[in-house]
Formats: sequence, structure tokens, C-alpha cells
Amino acid sequence: MDARTESDSTPTSSRTSVERKSGREIIVRRTFDGPARLVFEAWTKPELLKRWWVPKSMGMSFLACEADVRAGGKYRFEFLHPSAPTPVAFFGKYLEVVPHSRLVWTNEESDDGAVTTVTFEEKNGKTLLVVHEVYPSKEALDANGGMENAMPETFSQLDELLVDLRSRV
Amino acid sequence: MLKLNYMVQYVSASFDASFAAISDATRRGVLEQLGRADASISALAEKFHMTLTGMKKHVAVLEQAGLVATEKIGRVRTCRLGFRRLEEEAAWIERYREIWDARFDELDRVVEDLKRQEKTDGRKNRK
Repeated sequence: MDARTESDSTPTSSRTSVERKSGREIIVRRTFDGPARLVFEAWTKPELLKRWWVPKSMGMSFLACEADVRAGGKYRFEFLHPSAPTPVAFFGKYLEVVPHSRLVWTNEESDDGAVTTVTFEEKNGKTLLVVHEVYPSKEALDANGGMENAMPETFSQLDELLVDLRSRV
Repeated sequence: MLKLNYMVQYVSASFDASFAAISDATRRGVLEQLGRADASISALAEKFHMTLTGMKKHVAVLEQAGLVATEKIGRVRTCRLGFRRLEEEAAWIERYREIWDARFDELDRVVEDLKRQEKTDGRKNRK
């Protein structure tokens, strides 16, 4: 993993890398241009989380964002998408909080929720962020894009991608 | 909190077999090769300096994952790419990545703001 960390810090065309480690695990990596304490702050202060957790392009709005960031503390996020009739809530609790270096939390709105570990690794003023999600089963991770939750907009994006992939073959 | 069910808009029955299938260098080579042209198992075995039995095993893994389709014509079993699943895998990962990428682009901006703020505060404190 350390060797990988090294190679990931070199700039590439796509700055976010995703690796499906096994049926149940998925790892996301990205390096941020700032010290770990600031990146950590952005993950742990609700008013800051609200600014980036839901990218503008998704068209969803935050209704509520509560996060009691300490071991055993709870969080609750509520979103609304214009095409969804009711808000969607995500909630769970923090299992581990190590300032500026590590966050672990559960996701409890269904039995399929993941346990997520985020680590912050500072090097020369930059921070390598690794998000590691472990799902209870491979089915839970596979279903992590349930058709019933589909938004038409993203399907058209997917279609474009498929066309693109096909033309490359 | 990180649940992307709501955000990643793609589903497929099971990706497991495919991920296992493409975790092997020889099997990735076979896929690449079949991307150029269909080939018999014996031709693949020769190409990858392998026994026929060894190659048969690799092809079986790829076939189970839906990445390769085989057809027996006479005494020769010909392999070709089973495109569909590969596209789904790539699309699934790519969607996942795009969401995190978009999210992290926003986080970049937040970190920039925090850095700037800290600088300004630092200057104030020194005065």
C-alpha cells in the first residue's frame, strides 16, 4: 500500500482513483493541496461538509447536515433531489476519530451499509486522502447503484460513456 | 454517510467474477489479444507460452465472468470477447469515480478557502 501511495502522488490526468479491492471493498484516493488538519476540518465541520459533499452537478440540495464528530457520536445528512418526492436521509455513527489522521464511521439506514475508514496522510504540505469502504457483502456493494434510485440525467451520461467505450474497442 | 446508492446510477448482477477475472495479467493479455482478433485456445496457449490445459483454465475463468465467449466448431474451440460485461464493469467504476471526482473538486475549493483564511488570520495575529 505504501508503494502505491508513492505512485499515486504523481500527477495523472485523473486525480481521483478508484479501486475495487474485492467483492466487498472499494478504495478511493486523491491528493489535496493542503495540510491534513485543514482537509480533516473540511470533513468534520458540518458547515464545511455541506459545501462539498454533494457536488453542484448532482442538483441535490442539503436539507440538514448534523455531525457529532467523536467516537460514538452520530451524524445525519438529509438531501433533496428535485425529481425525488421525499428527502433521503443518511445516518450512522462515528467509531473512531483521530484528529487530522483518521475517521471511521458506520452507515445505518439499511443492513447493507458500509463501514467507512478515511485516512489523511500529510507529506510536504499535501494530503493523501484514502477512503476505504467495506460492505457487509458483495451484493451490498454491487447494489450500490440500485436501478430504483436512478436519475435520468445520469443514465444519459452512462449511455454516452458506453458509446464511448464501444467506439474504443 | 458515504452511501452512494443514491448517487451511483448503475447496477449489474454481480461484478465479483469479472473483477477476479481481470486481476490476472495473463487473462488481461488474453482479453487484449481477443480485442484484436478471435483466437482458438491452442493459439492463445502458444501465444502466452502455456500448456493447453493452463490456457483452458484461464479461458474458463474469463468465460464464467462473461468477458469471453467460446464456440466449438469442429475440433477447435474459438474464443471471442464478451463485450457486454466488460463495458458494465468499466462503466460502474467510472461512474463511481466521477462522483468522487466531482465531490473532491468541490473539496479542493474548500481546502483552498481554508488555506487563504488561515493566512489572513495569521497576518492579523502578527500585527
